[in-house]
Amino acid sequence: MEALREAEAELTVYVHPSNAADVRRAVSRQLSTTLFSYEDRFEGVLLAHEVVVNGDRAKILNGLVPYFGVPVHANLLLYSPQPDMILEGKVELLGKESIHAIVLGVFSAAIMADDINEKFKFKRKGDGGKFISRSDRHHVIRKGSMIRFSVKRVDTEMNCHITGSLLPPHTGSMPWLSTHDAEYASEISSGTRRPSNVGIKIKNEQDHKTSDNEDSVINSERPHKKSRKRALEE
Amino acid sequence: MGAELRRDDMEVAEEDISDSQAFRFVEHVLQSVRMDPFQVDLRDKEEYDSLLSIVDSSKKRSYDDEALLVTTLKALSEAVSKIDIMYHHALLNNIFTMSIWYLNSDTRDALLSLITRLAAVADQFLRECLQMLVNNFTPPGSLTAFIGQPRWLARKKEIYSQLHESLRMISDTVPLAPRMLKDIIDRSMPKLFDNKAKMVSFVECMLGLDNDRMGDLIGALLLAKVVDLLTELDVNITWEDILQDEHNKGIFDMELEDLGEDEDSLGQEGTKALFGGNACAEKLDSLMVVFCEHLKSCKEHGRLPQEFDILKTIFRASVLRVHKSKFAQFIMFYACSLDPEICGLEFALFLSDIFIKKEEDSISRMSAVSYVGSYLSRARFISADTVVGILKRLVDWCVDYCDLQNNIRITTKPINHQIFYASCQAVMYILCFRLRSIMDYPNLKAQLFNMPFGYILTHPLEPLKVCLPSIVDEFLRQAKAARLFNASVHSEFEDALESDLSKTFGGMNRLDMFFPFDPYLLKESDRYMRPNFEYWSMVKTTYNNYNSDVDDELVDLDAPEMNVGSLDDHVEIDLNSDDDLEYSMNKMSITPNRSFFHQIMANSDTGLTMPARIRPSVSPPS
Repeated sequence: MEALREAEAELTVYVHPSNAADVRRAVSRQLSTTLFSYEDRFEGVLLAHEVVVNGDRAKILNGLVPYFGVPVHANLLLYSPQPDMILEGKVELLGKESIHAIVLGVFSAAIMADDINEKFKFKRKGDGGKFISRSDRHHVIRKGSMIRFSVKRVDTEMNCHITGSLLPPHTGSMPWLSTHDAEYASEISSGTRRPSNVGIKIKNEQDHKTSDNEDSVINSERPHKKSRKRALEE
Repeated sequence: MGAELRRDDMEVAEEDISDSQAFRFVEHVLQSVRMDPFQVDLRDKEEYDSLLSIVDSSKKRSYDDEALLVTTLKALSEAVSKIDIMYHHALLNNIFTMSIWYLNSDTRDALLSLITRLAAVADQFLRECLQMLVNNFTPPGSLTAFIGQPRWLARKKEIYSQLHESLRMISDTVPLAPRMLKDIIDRSMPKLFDNKAKMVSFVECMLGLDNDRMGDLIGALLLAKVVDLLTELDVNITWEDILQDEHNKGIFDMELEDLGEDEDSLGQEGTKALFGGNACAEKLDSLMVVFCEHLKSCKEHGRLPQEFDILKTIFRASVLRVHKSKFAQFIMFYACSLDPEICGLEFALFLSDIFIKKEEDSISRMSAVSYVGSYLSRARFISADTVVGILKRLVDWCVDYCDLQNNIRITTKPINHQIFYASCQAVMYILCFRLRSIMDYPNLKAQLFNMPFGYILTHPLEPLKVCLPSIVDEFLRQAKAARLFNASVHSEFEDALESDLSKTFGGMNRLDMFFPFDPYLLKESDRYMRPNFEYWSMVKTTYNNYNSDVDDELVDLDAPEMNVGSLDDHVEIDLNSDDDLEYSMNKMSITPNRSFFHQIMANSDTGLTMPARIRPSVSPPS
């Protein structure tokens, strides 16, 4: 899927001395605290990480608690949806005014009435209801269907909530598209999805910016945090 | 659902508007004010204001108003995409400040479904929605007085289940919502000085959430929060409070509760009216009831083992080292009693593991061994083999320790060997309670008699001189009667009682007198603990075979005749002639003697060597 990408990052992870016995574990744990929440410096949500600790030297931080900064090379799997990307999700709840889908089982997406193609007509039935296409009554979206939709807006504030749209072409119920939409069908059969931008390097420059103005904030706000991750200062 | 809709239709029909018309109207109003306030048409503004007045959190409603509200809420949930955080701020504010406690069942449904819809729309509403639901965990202030009435109990259950359902729906559509909910619950937790009704209903609702599927996601946090609250309340109950409430009644009433029936002065009043004036104790009491009920329901749904695992971790982190806690630890006791074979055993092993691990800090280890001692002594549901098994572990550890000390030069300061003394004391304490019952099983008896008690107790570290004299005394009495050691060992013990050393090994915190499962003194929740709790007054000792359920005066008279089955009646009479029954019971409790607070009386007491200070007055740094 488009929104998933791998990235390599050079990070400095600050480890509390009490965790010095097992640095790898401490580093992983620290990175794991950022899982599933939107991280500005990654421009996305961290889904998985693989860590290689570079060498056996670490810089000790001046201060009351001598945290030490471990240089780390990390391979990250990120979820970073951008507007106009095509995503796939499972419909969890729908009503006349909206369709709510879940992407990758974790992230929520909402498609509002304005963004649902006019060709879809909502039919109330039992609990829930369904959207039926006026042009082809086999094209149905109901609870549990897998749909393709395009990203309209991404709310990066907390949970990376997506506002989606079913207006662009090649969107709708996936089973229907696979037989009726030539482009999607060929995409599946050739096995090549749109090239995802693999291998974007997250380098220090970007981290540097955030670290400069964030450091002091992090320090004062969360003085008890066991270890904190920050960018290299050099 | 269908029926509801029809009813609404009828209500609104009086004004000649159908449901769908009303829905369109609301949508139109929302749309028309979605612009800069200066540009809004005055008529639209009025309509919006009337919408606001319908959805007003503070208004009292007639039946008609309520029906109108239902329709409006339904219309709003059909139009959530039109609601804008900028331009409909007042409306959102009204929605989020509504209290569902005053509403009818239909209205509640409509409001909650609006909330779940709003939560699913975008991140910006999610926090407010969750906060609104969490705020409704507790009834509004004016209702708290009536909440205990039966009429409200059913309604309360209904409201809780609706709240849980809504939260579940939200977590279905926004899978990451529980993370935020965790935060919000954390921040909305009742504080120490909140009133009791609020606290109880919040915790009740919160634990109800744990039963749900939500429990898998944030159950551990919910439990941890509740346990923290219990502990916090607990440490705020001081022994002074207990004693003042007690007036001149003996503090050992609970231990002597069987005598209570015969003696007026120590009667029901004394036991039942404990903690009359202490707010913290009352709160804790009610919360314990809620928590025990929760554990019970876990047991019924087969979730106890998972729950117990979580509880163990929480206990380790936030209760074990809090020596000032007196009652909060009983949640573990109760959880164990619900499932003695698995949880009960697991808890004993868990504690002894902590004790034996070298990596643990010494305070944790000492607390753990005190817990083992107290737990095995008091838990009636623990079988004699488990007791012997754990005893074996403790004794083996002591033997290793003694061997180690033989090899290196011994430093005599008890404080350096506090863990050793604590474990010796725990072993003796357990045996005081359990020796007699172990003797009934020949195989266990054989195992017990193979343990090298003589070696440990006569070791140059002299545990008998350092441990609490009352326990040592009682232990020696029973051991003698049971012939646990041979005669030569006995003679060395004769002068072992009472020395200056005996108060020193526990250090500042008096860990030497830490017996976490002492009689439970909270009256409401007592019913959960009592059936499984071993009171000293009911313990059968090796030297005395009858149940000591008798008046003081009778003891001396009855003792010789009654102890036919006793193992060594000669010793029994000798010892018993000195102390009265109460003394021997008192010794098994660490509940402080009044003399601590009335120093003058201390001297007049007849040779009672109760500890000067029982509980640490400050909890150790954690």
